[in-house]
Amino acid sequence: MVTNQASIKRDGVQDYVSLRATAAIIFAYSVFMAWFFITTDNLTFIEWRGLFSGLAMKVFTLAALVAVMIHVRIGLWQVLTDYVKSAGLRAGLQYILNIIAFGYVAVGLFVLWGV
Amino acid sequence: MKKQRPVNLELNTIKFPPSAISSILHRVTGVAMFFALLFVIWAWAVSVHSPEGFADVQAIMDGFFGKFVAIGTASALTYHILGGLRHVVMDLGHWEELESGNTSAKAVIALWVVLTVVLGVALW
Repeated sequence: MVTNQASIKRDGVQDYVSLRATAAIIFAYSVFMAWFFITTDNLTFIEWRGLFSGLAMKVFTLAALVAVMIHVRIGLWQVLTDYVKSAGLRAGLQYILNIIAFGYVAVGLFVLWGV
Repeated sequence: MKKQRPVNLELNTIKFPPSAISSILHRVTGVAMFFALLFVIWAWAVSVHSPEGFADVQAIMDGFFGKFVAIGTASALTYHILGGLRHVVMDLGHWEELESGNTSAKAVIALWVVLTVVLGVALW
């Protein structure tokens, strides 16, 4: 019990809730971006950059990217654990894929910083 | 178990039920989008950086590769959202029986095909 509380160990319920909570954010972001593209004719650079210069949009975008990172951490593990039986290979793949997922967040942060 | 069991080797009579196809599509579209994000985030980063970058990405999006990736990613996202909404309905305790589960799977796949055609026509 003590080690369970002391470590950052996940459990099924936590994964279940995280998957759906992050899905809701990604869904909202997808709908927003789809709406933006549908209602914008002949998108210009000024408009495009302007969209991401507002503080609210920066927060929304970063939240979506962090949500993606958490969502794929669970989703890719679910897929890998079914198809890659070798624990060593699976660990290696998860390590690389989770670094890529972190990279998405980091790139997003620095791009938003500069806009 | 040494029992004599019937063996079905007629592969054309064996097929996935719609719910299994729905499940594998959810996985395939999810993994596909993870890698598509490499392109999406690169295109986003370059296009908001400078007017030249914006023009470069615009040129790519007018070409075959850009359109293929854009339509493919949007289509994968559409399926993943529809499949996800189906999961939410199942979380609430509906569509969990064999028949209703297969019907909802067929409906989701049909709706996805229709929306992909609409997307394809709109984005090409």
